[in-house]
Amino acid sequence: MKILVPIKRVVDYNVRVKVKSDGSGVETEGVKMSINPFDEIALEEALRIKEAGNAEEVIVCSIGNKDCQQQLRTGLAMGADRAIHVVTDGSVQPLAAARVLLKLIEKEGPEIVFLGKQAIDDDNSQTGQMLAALWDRPQATFASKVELSDGKATVTREVDAGLETLEVDLPAVLTSDLRLNEPRFVKLPDIMKAKRKPLDEIALDELDVEAAARLELTAYEPPPKRSGGRILESARELVDELKNKGLL
Amino acid sequence: MARVLIIAQHEDGALNPATAKTLSGALGLGIDDIDIAVFAESAAGVAQQASRLQGASRVLAIEHADFAHLTAARLAPEIKALAGDYTHILGPSTTFGRDLMPRAAALIGVGQVSDVQEVIDSHTFKRPIYAGNAIVTVKAPEGQTVVATVRSASYSAAVEGDSPCEIESREAAATDPGHTRYINLETGGGDGPDLQTADRVVSGGRAMGSAEGFDVIYSFAKKLGAAVGASRAAVDAGYVPNELQVGQTGKIIAPELYFAIGISGAIQHLTGIKDAGTIVAINKDAEAPIFEIADFGLVGDLFEIVPELEKLI
Ligand SMILES: Cc1cc2nc3c(=O)[nH]c(=O)nc-3n(C[C@H](O)[C@H](O)[C@H](O)COP(=O)(O)OP(=O)(O)OC[C@H]3O[C@@H](n4cnc5c(N)ncnc54)[C@H](O)[C@@H]3O)c2cc1C
Ligand SMILES: Nc1ncnc2c1ncn2[C@@H]1O[C@H](COP(=O)(O)O)[C@@H](O)[C@H]1O
Repeated sequence: MKILVPIKRVVDYNVRVKVKSDGSGVETEGVKMSINPFDEIALEEALRIKEAGNAEEVIVCSIGNKDCQQQLRTGLAMGADRAIHVVTDGSVQPLAAARVLLKLIEKEGPEIVFLGKQAIDDDNSQTGQMLAALWDRPQATFASKVELSDGKATVTREVDAGLETLEVDLPAVLTSDLRLNEPRFVKLPDIMKAKRKPLDEIALDELDVEAAARLELTAYEPPPKRSGGRILESARELVDELKNKGLL
Repeated sequence: MARVLIIAQHEDGALNPATAKTLSGALGLGIDDIDIAVFAESAAGVAQQASRLQGASRVLAIEHADFAHLTAARLAPEIKALAGDYTHILGPSTTFGRDLMPRAAALIGVGQVSDVQEVIDSHTFKRPIYAGNAIVTVKAPEGQTVVATVRSASYSAAVEGDSPCEIESREAAATDPGHTRYINLETGGGDGPDLQTADRVVSGGRAMGSAEGFDVIYSFAKKLGAAVGASRAAVDAGYVPNELQVGQTGKIIAPELYFAIGISGAIQHLTGIKDAGTIVAINKDAEAPIFEIADFGLVGDLFEIVPELEKLI
C-alpha cells in the first residue's frame, strides 16, 4: 500500500511572527521556513508504518511555489520514496488544497493520506477533514496512536475530553497530533541520497481544480498587547494583591 | 432571508458550554433567526436546555440510534441536508467542532472560517493566525453559506432565560456510511472543575518533575476551587493526561485567574492563556518569558512558594 503525506512549508515554529507595519500581511522575508511540525510527525508515522512492513511506498507532496521543494527534499531525506510538487504561486486555502489532494489520490491510489492536524501558519485545521468529505472516506483526526490490521486503522485521538478511539476502514484520511511520535533527525548522507530521489512537478492548472481563494483576507493586525506587570516580593504580597482585585 | 444554524455539542445528556458561547458569537451577526440543532440518540434533555438559551429561535431535535456517539463522517451529511435553509452554519472551536465543521463545509462546497474571535458584520470576521501572533480579518463571499467555528475563549456563554423557544423534531436525513466505528473514550478522570470553563486555573510545567510532583498543583488547585492545566512539556513527560494541555495545540482558555507554575512561557503556551483576566507566574528564573505577560510574578522555588500560598488562602 501507498501512503500520501501532504507537507506544507511554513514559518518555523520558533520564529516570533510580526505583522507588517502597513497591515498587508506578516513578515516572512528572511525568516526561517520549515516543514509544518505536524506534517513532519505525519511523515514520521508513515515511515514507521513502512518500516514495519505495512506499506510499500511513502509519497510526500506539497502545494506551493518553487521554495517548497526544499521541504520536499527534507521529506525525502527523512525517508520518503518520492515527492510531488504541485506548483502554484497563489495562496491555497484548505478547500482548494483538499481538491488538489483528491486529484493526487486519483492518480496514486493511496490507502492512507496522512496530514498534519493543522498548519501552524494559518491555524485552520481543515484540510484533512475537507479531503475526507470530498473523497467520501473516513477521517480520524488529531491522532496520537495508529494501529493497522486487515484493511482497518484503529486510531486514538486527542479530544477535549481525553482520548477517543475510532476504528476506520481504509482507505482513510488521518491527521497527526503532537504526541504521535518524535520525528527522526535527518543525517547528512540521507540529504545527499535525497537529491537523487524523484521529485515530480505538476502545474496546478493541469489538475483542473477550482482553486481560487474563496475567503478574502483583508487586513492583518498585531494582537492586543499584554504587558508584564510586577514582580512581587512574597507570597503574602501576592495574596494581598489578588484580594485587592477581588480575585480571592 | 438570513438564518443561522448552530450545531450543538453535548456529552452525557448535558449541553457543552461551548454551545452557549457559539450562540454568543452568533448574536453578533445581527441576524434574528438562530436555530440550534441537537443530534442525539435521545435529545429531549439537551434540547430543553438549549431551548432556554436566550437568543435561540428554535431547537431542532434530531434523534437516531447512530447518534449515540457523534462522528464527523455520520454528521456532516446531516448538516448538509439542513444547510439549504440557512445562510450561516456555526459550530464551536472545540475538538468536536474542529473535526466536524470542515467536513460539513466541504460537502456544502464552501470554505470555513475557523476560530472566529470577533464578528464585524454578517460576512466579516476576525480570527487569530500564527499561534495568535497576528489577527486577520476574513471576508466570506456573499451569496454562499458561511461555515465557521467560534473561538470559545473569546465569548462568554449566552444565558438561560425562563421562556424557552420551541423544540421541533426532525428526522435524520442520511445513513451511516459504515466505515467509521466508535470504540471508546478514555478520560483522565479528575473531579475538579472543567478546564475550559473554570474561572480559575492552576497550571504546572516541566518543573513539576514527576507525576507525584504535580500533586503540589492538584492540592493548590483544590484549595482555590480551580481547574488544573499543564504545559505540553508536562503532558509529554507523562505527569498528567493530554486533556490538561493548555496552548496552541491544547486548550485555549480564558479564566479570570491563571497561575503558570514552573512554566517558561513559550509562545505556544501563551497562545492558550492570552485572554485570561489576571495571570500569575511562579518561576525560579527571573528572565523566563512568562514574566513578560504575567500581571504578577514571584521569582523562586515553586516547591516552597506554592505550599506557602496554599496556607495563606
Ligand atoms: C507545534 C508545537 C505546538 C506546541 N503546542 C504547545 C501547547 O499547546 N502548549 C504548551 O504548553 N506547549 C506547546 N508547545 C511546546 C512549547 O514550545 C514548550 O516546549 C513548552 O510549553 C515548554 O513547557 P514548560 O514551560 O513546562 O517547560 P520549560 O520550557 O522547560 O520550562 C520550565 C520552567 O520551569 C522553571 N523551573 C524549573 N524548576 C523550577 C522550580 N523548582 N521552581 C520554579 N520554577 C522552576 C524553569 O525556570 C523554566 O522556566 C508546542 C510546540 C510546538 C513545536
Ligand atoms: N499547501 C499545502 N501543501 C501541502 N499540504 C498542505 C497544504 N496546506 C495544507 N496542507 C496539509 O493540511 C494540513 C492541515 O492544514 P490546515 O487545514 O491549513 O490547517 C497540513 O498539516 C498539511 O498536512
